[in-house]
Amino acid sequence: MSTVLSESGRVNGSPVRFEGLGKRYGTFVAVHPTDLQVGAGEFLSFLGPSGSGKTTTLMMLAGFEAPTSGRIMVGERDVTNIAPARRDIGMVFQSYALFPHMTVAQNIAFPLRMRRMASAERDRQVARVLEIVGLGEFAARYPAQLSGGQQQRVALARAIVFQPPVLLMDEPLSALDKYLRSHLQSEIKRIQRELGITVVYVTHDQDEAMTMSDRICVMRDGRIAQIGRPEDLYRAPEDEFVAGFLGESNMFERRAEAAGAGAVRVDLDGGLVIPARRALTADRVRISLRPEHLRFHADAAGSATVRDATYVGDHRRYELVLDDGTQLVAKVQVTDGSGALAAGTRVAIDWPVAEMRLFAEGKALQ
Amino acid sequence: MSRILRNPALLIVPLLLFLLIFYLLPVILMLGRSLGAESDLAPYVAVFSSEVAIKVFVYTVKVAVFSTLITLLLAYPLAYFMATTSERLSMVLLAIVLVPFWTSILIRSYAWMVLLGQRGVINGFLVWVGVIDQPIRMLNTPFAVYIGMVHVLLPFMVLPILGSLKGIDGRLVAAAENLGAGPLAVFRHIILPLSLPGVLAGSVLVFVLALGFYITPALVGGPRDMTISMLIAQEVDLLRWDIASALAAVLLVATLLTLLAISRAISLDRVMGKSR
Repeated sequence: MSTVLSESGRVNGSPVRFEGLGKRYGTFVAVHPTDLQVGAGEFLSFLGPSGSGKTTTLMMLAGFEAPTSGRIMVGERDVTNIAPARRDIGMVFQSYALFPHMTVAQNIAFPLRMRRMASAERDRQVARVLEIVGLGEFAARYPAQLSGGQQQRVALARAIVFQPPVLLMDEPLSALDKYLRSHLQSEIKRIQRELGITVVYVTHDQDEAMTMSDRICVMRDGRIAQIGRPEDLYRAPEDEFVAGFLGESNMFERRAEAAGAGAVRVDLDGGLVIPARRALTADRVRISLRPEHLRFHADAAGSATVRDATYVGDHRRYELVLDDGTQLVAKVQVTDGSGALAAGTRVAIDWPVAEMRLFAEGKALQ
Repeated sequence: MSRILRNPALLIVPLLLFLLIFYLLPVILMLGRSLGAESDLAPYVAVFSSEVAIKVFVYTVKVAVFSTLITLLLAYPLAYFMATTSERLSMVLLAIVLVPFWTSILIRSYAWMVLLGQRGVINGFLVWVGVIDQPIRMLNTPFAVYIGMVHVLLPFMVLPILGSLKGIDGRLVAAAENLGAGPLAVFRHIILPLSLPGVLAGSVLVFVLALGFYITPALVGGPRDMTISMLIAQEVDLLRWDIASALAAVLLVATLLTLLAISRAISLDRVMGKSR
């Protein structure tokens, strides 16, 4: 292992590659064989509900779980069978895992000591990362004397001080309150950009994944449901699960039929023809519509009724009921002092057809 | 009833009364008696000018120190194994450690006499196998005293160490590995320091118990292996109550000083980094 660290602390992040990486426990498949490439310096998040295989995948990358199939490449190095201590991968644990009997400075110096760095150089590197995370004056404190947010920063400093090319983070902010979380999100992002480090991040918080990631890998039942830029996942989810998991979606069913090659006629507004990239094999489709795309206005001749309105500060959240019983949620930006439509008001609703996503048998049609 | 529930401190009154009448009062009486008939500290003068008494004191402390060290050296690896092995094997080992604990100390000492004697089980076996021609003298030697004492004291060392080892968060070990620590470094930098409170608790317990040991050294030790408790018993037999009281007072003070010194030297809070 190299003990020569760069002066600026800037590292060249390594790409990470999974080749058919899988994990089984007896007959239970935690992670199906998966191929995945994380670019050098990329921020990739694994997002999914608990039991989706995201943490298992991270633990295999860190070396705490042995894969039952496939390989893990970090840069040009095959680390599949390398002990965690020799992988040179930084990690921030969900619980921070700070050593309670060591001061902040000792905690951060630990990976450098393990790499037999001379103590003068060690002190300089510790001071450097303490500066980065803004904890300079806390060097002599013990972890138990720090707040949760400060402990989190120490864990981060300890994980980056030895300049690993890859940094893993396992739900690092889940124990913090909302304000601190968003503050640290941007801080982690800044540090990642400044250091040029590759980050693999695990979270079940979709907002967190959206704000921080270059790409999100949505996991479900041990498989990748979809991987892509946050915007692409939000605007063009490949299946109903991703549509429902990332952001809020109104989901409702309508009859549908094929309308020639490459189009579907949906039983809406007396027959709406929508382009599709695959043939329809069912006679019904599920329609996903984001609450912010739903528009409506008071109209006695409309086809829906306001059931409830909630003021949420920057927007108002309406619950609407169509005459056929379908319930829809709409978000309306609050830009002036106008009041809410009262419950029971008849409204006419409308949405841009381009923002509507169609799914048949769970998979996207467009 | 409702008064007790409102003030739970009342619940310890029976215990306090018990301790007061059957423990504190006799201790005070004993301390009073140790001052001598004319309260001139004559018994203490007698104790500290007696070569035998000083020798017995030194021997007692020596035995206590060494049996504490031997117990620690045996108990730590055992506790470490118990903390890391399967839950089932750990339970079996715990039972093996504790079973002698539930046997009378007198019976255990007699058992060692049977095992270690000139014509005992061990000598008989060694002669039969042909390793030795003559039985080795083991009973009534310091060796027998250490064996008997370590056997009795082992659970007092194993349990606190096991407790502190089991209390170590496994994620700390994972973090240390991730940061580049091999198995030896993990033990040295993480597990050993974090189990130190258990080591200290066990050592203090064992040392204090060893200082006051009586039955085991009396039964399996030789005439030279006299501990302070045995000396006290001897003085009582001779009906020299004031000398016996002075010896007991010295033992009591030595024990309290040990506890004080250790709690001063090592604040457990500091070891755990919990000082605020």
